[in-house]
Amino acid sequence: MSNSGFLKSSIGKKFLMGITGLFLISFLIVHCFVNALIFINDGGHTFDLGCEFMGTNWIIRAMEIVLFAGIILHIFQALILTLDNRKARPIQYDSYDGAANSKWYSRWMGLLGTLILMFLIIHLSHFWIVSRFTNHLAHTKEHALPGQETMFDEMKETFENLWVVILYSLSMVSLGYHLLHGFQSAFQTLGLNHKKYTPLIKKIGVAFSIIVPLIFALMPISIYMEWIK
Amino acid sequence: MSTTSNMNLTLKVWKQKNKDTKGKFETYNAKGISPDMSFLEMFDVVNEGLISDGKEPIAFDHDCREGICGMCSMYINGRPHGPKQGVTTCQLHMRSFKDGDTIVVEPWRSAAFPVIKDLAVDRSSFDRIMAAGGFVSVNTGNAKDANNILIPKPEADEAFEAAACIGCGACVAACKNSSAMLFVSAKVSQLALLPQGKIEAQQRVWDMVHQMDEEGFGNCTNTGACEAECPKSISLENIARMNREYLISTAISKK
Repeated sequence: MSNSGFLKSSIGKKFLMGITGLFLISFLIVHCFVNALIFINDGGHTFDLGCEFMGTNWIIRAMEIVLFAGIILHIFQALILTLDNRKARPIQYDSYDGAANSKWYSRWMGLLGTLILMFLIIHLSHFWIVSRFTNHLAHTKEHALPGQETMFDEMKETFENLWVVILYSLSMVSLGYHLLHGFQSAFQTLGLNHKKYTPLIKKIGVAFSIIVPLIFALMPISIYMEWIK
Repeated sequence: MSTTSNMNLTLKVWKQKNKDTKGKFETYNAKGISPDMSFLEMFDVVNEGLISDGKEPIAFDHDCREGICGMCSMYINGRPHGPKQGVTTCQLHMRSFKDGDTIVVEPWRSAAFPVIKDLAVDRSSFDRIMAAGGFVSVNTGNAKDANNILIPKPEADEAFEAAACIGCGACVAACKNSSAMLFVSAKVSQLALLPQGKIEAQQRVWDMVHQMDEEGFGNCTNTGACEAECPKSISLENIARMNREYLISTAISKK
């Protein structure tokens, strides 16, 4: 019993997947909450204030580094586990009836995750890179220099394009299915299974996997449909 | 005897000489099969036909033929032990199939279960996991009186349910990752839940999990396929318990 072998063990690797997964879920809550400020529909004023807080608060900025580390670790562990699992079955079955014993999205977590990663790269290039590495955005309208816009303006411009709206909406379907398995699976991996609480965790997981991606998807849709101005 | 008419079936069976050679499918005709036969009895009929024709019979494992030995490792039409839930292959009857059906029969496919011949696989990796920690240490001497350690009924029941595992390997065969976690967790649980087993629980979970990893089984992704296909309906709760025990064992170890 030593700690050195822990991260090399199957349960150790699973533990890292689960704990980073739960951390990324906690990020989704914050991200969803701040972005949902656009639904106040006050021309982006409250939303821009939210963005200013997220962009200037040092705790949030420090957590941004932890977040990227979490995403990379989650992906890295997934790759290691997938390669391990491939090795564990060198010859595949000729006939395989997975649908008889498991949900399709639990078997396709890797594919769903890859779709989310592709979306994430596009999403970061739309907003995060613009706000961090260019001088294009001001925090609020009052502080805007000539030629500068706020994050809300950037959002409105991005979501004028129908293809972007469709891409974002479909990506949220991938996220929803990924969460549908991932949420309750993370608890199981951490050993948090209990006759009384597990049914509750599963219900919360289903609600979370529907509500959060739905709110996210409604953002580009509402802007495109001009429900939010 | 049943009066329903006998069936003619086509079998696509995996043939492999030994673990070092490449296997391939071969097609056999099973004629005049009674719907009341078990799946293994159907194989017996096919093999008798092959033997009388001077051909090599199909090698498959079987022992008790009453669902408690866990030997009959056949992956039938994409599922371990065939289309029914909570049964082994010997408990599967031909009435589950229709006249004219083509049935694909493969061995368990896992790097940790090398093929001995055709459908028979070597599951001694399970034995090595058991040898690593699946026991309790007791002093020799006279047998103790029964029930001198009181165990609450619900805990005794839970341990018993975990101990129902027959080590058949259907969990590994069903799992898309070829993970043995349902088997190992059942064996960890059946002992960890009882006072006699609690004493060595920490060391046991560590040793058994590491032996499991060494044998080359995959990693669990909680799809639940193992639980669905287990002939003894071993619960996923056992995997959570094993994870928990392993995490605690690591966290509080003094080394």
